Amino acid sequence: MSLLIGSLTIGFILSLLALGVHISFYIFDFPDITAEGSITLGAAITAVMLMKGWHPLLATPMAFFAGALAGAVTAILAMKFSINKLLAGIMTMTALYSVNLRIMGRSNIPLMNERTLVSEVEALSQKVFRASTVPLLHWEVSVRDLGQLILCPLLIALVALLLYFFFRTNLGTAMRATGDNAQMIRAQGVDDSKMIILGLAISNGLIALSGALLAQYQGFADVQMGIGMVVWGLASVIIGEAMVGTRDLGYTIIGAVMGSVLFRLLVAIALRWGVNPNDLKLITAAFVFLALIMPKLLPFFKARIRRLAHA
Amino acid sequence: MLEVNGVRKTFHPGSVNEVRALQGVTLDIQDGSFTVVIGTNGSGKSTLLNAIAGSFLVDEGTLHLAGRDITLWPEYRRAALFGRVFQNPFSGTCPQLSIAENFALAAHRGFRRGLGWAVRGGLRRQVREVVARLDMGLEDRLDTPIGTLSGGQRQALTLLMATWQKPQLLLLDEHTAALDPKSADQIITLTEKIVTSERLTALMVTHSMQQAARFGDRLVMMHRGQLIEDLAGDRKKRVRAEELLERFEELRRSDLLDESAAEMLERCYV
Repeated sequence: MSLLIGSLTIGFILSLLALGVHISFYIFDFPDITAEGSITLGAAITAVMLMKGWHPLLATPMAFFAGALAGAVTAILAMKFSINKLLAGIMTMTALYSVNLRIMGRSNIPLMNERTLVSEVEALSQKVFRASTVPLLHWEVSVRDLGQLILCPLLIALVALLLYFFFRTNLGTAMRATGDNAQMIRAQGVDDSKMIILGLAISNGLIALSGALLAQYQGFADVQMGIGMVVWGLASVIIGEAMVGTRDLGYTIIGAVMGSVLFRLLVAIALRWGVNPNDLKLITAAFVFLALIMPKLLPFFKARIRRLAHA
Repeated sequence: MLEVNGVRKTFHPGSVNEVRALQGVTLDIQDGSFTVVIGTNGSGKSTLLNAIAGSFLVDEGTLHLAGRDITLWPEYRRAALFGRVFQNPFSGTCPQLSIAENFALAAHRGFRRGLGWAVRGGLRRQVREVVARLDMGLEDRLDTPIGTLSGGQRQALTLLMATWQKPQLLLLDEHTAALDPKSADQIITLTEKIVTSERLTALMVTHSMQQAARFGDRLVMMHRGQLIEDLAGDRKKRVRAEELLERFEELRRSDLLDESAAEMLERCYV
């Protein structure tokens, strides 16, 4: 049971990563690799601030701003200096590795004994439930886990709603149009590179926020924690897209969140089955590969089957 | 109103692909006029329009609009002054956004875009009313993505969007060339209706001699990056499509002559 609750919670936390990847890859059509560095950046900033005794409610949002800065750097490299988009992301990501080490001062910061969002939630849940465990469907569940499982989706829902409303405003609509048809949006008087800078800032801000939450949840920030996160986010977005089956703005946002949670559940099941955790990234990459070629393969197989049926 | 002064543009200078697209073009467009630009393939007529719109910066010469020097303005900044319709009917609209959202983008051309709701009730009603006049049945489909519409429908909407905020100058770049004959006819009729009723200043590049003869109050012909003919007033009114075709044929023959003469000289002396 605690495995299920744990995967759901991590799924919700990483849905911020999925939303960020959705914004850069799908809305702006910008293959942004900065994510691998900015998720660690968020974790690093928040961990250091928590260590210095800042309140978690102040330390966590700081991750957003740091991530936004990283995203803006990538976008400026790509748009103002006309550097290949992938390369711009790789450059920022590489630079962030050193930056993150500088911020943290070492490669790993444990947060078990600090005051974090997790410890706050634990205290709050214990106050509400007046116990340290409660029975849930015949299982004894720790109120800390339960509190996280309740509060995390609420936070994500808030962020998702804000994003939805933002993308329906004049500014947000212009941003969506930039990824769709840059020539058109320039002809409507919009500086498209400014839109992309702002868009990648929001995207990487969300990803860094996801890193800050993840570090607090797992109890440490680690300089390696970003590796493979872009593909992870992509896998979530692809699953989400398959689930909602439309490109309508609201549905794709919900899809990214649902995809992230479902993907995390699938991973938990795979691990339970005895899949070696070291193989996880290989499996994730293979999964994204399959998901990307499916739309091309399906018609081919269908045509084959039809021909066989006629013969 | 618009003053184009000695504008030159060379693409890929110094390479084998060097194209001298504009070789000193000077053109003065009067307020309220409807100027039609024609020319042979590769004459630089579309390049001229793009130079005015700011798709690239010119190598030499200046551009002034209503007294303001816009020579170095980036494309998006100039867009506050111009309405644009492209040759490709898919260039002027955002396929994934709905009809209403596309109009919301156009309604803010030249204004700051903030955190106000993009598709408001008031705008929606106005869009509905204007789109209904097209008689294409689109007024009930304001929330469908524009990408699901046909090229002709999208070009009609682009035209309405380009003139939603009254532009100082409407730039039309062969905007019927990629459409089927029936849609092309609808679009050119709609263009004339809007330009006359809104009293717009327009600059239209076209490939069609019929359109060139029928529309506008001034006709400019381009060849090899230069203006070679400028008909206004009565001379423009009298001009017929056949005459224009003859003039084109003449140009083609003189081009051939140039080449054969060069070949002959080469044979004799090299």
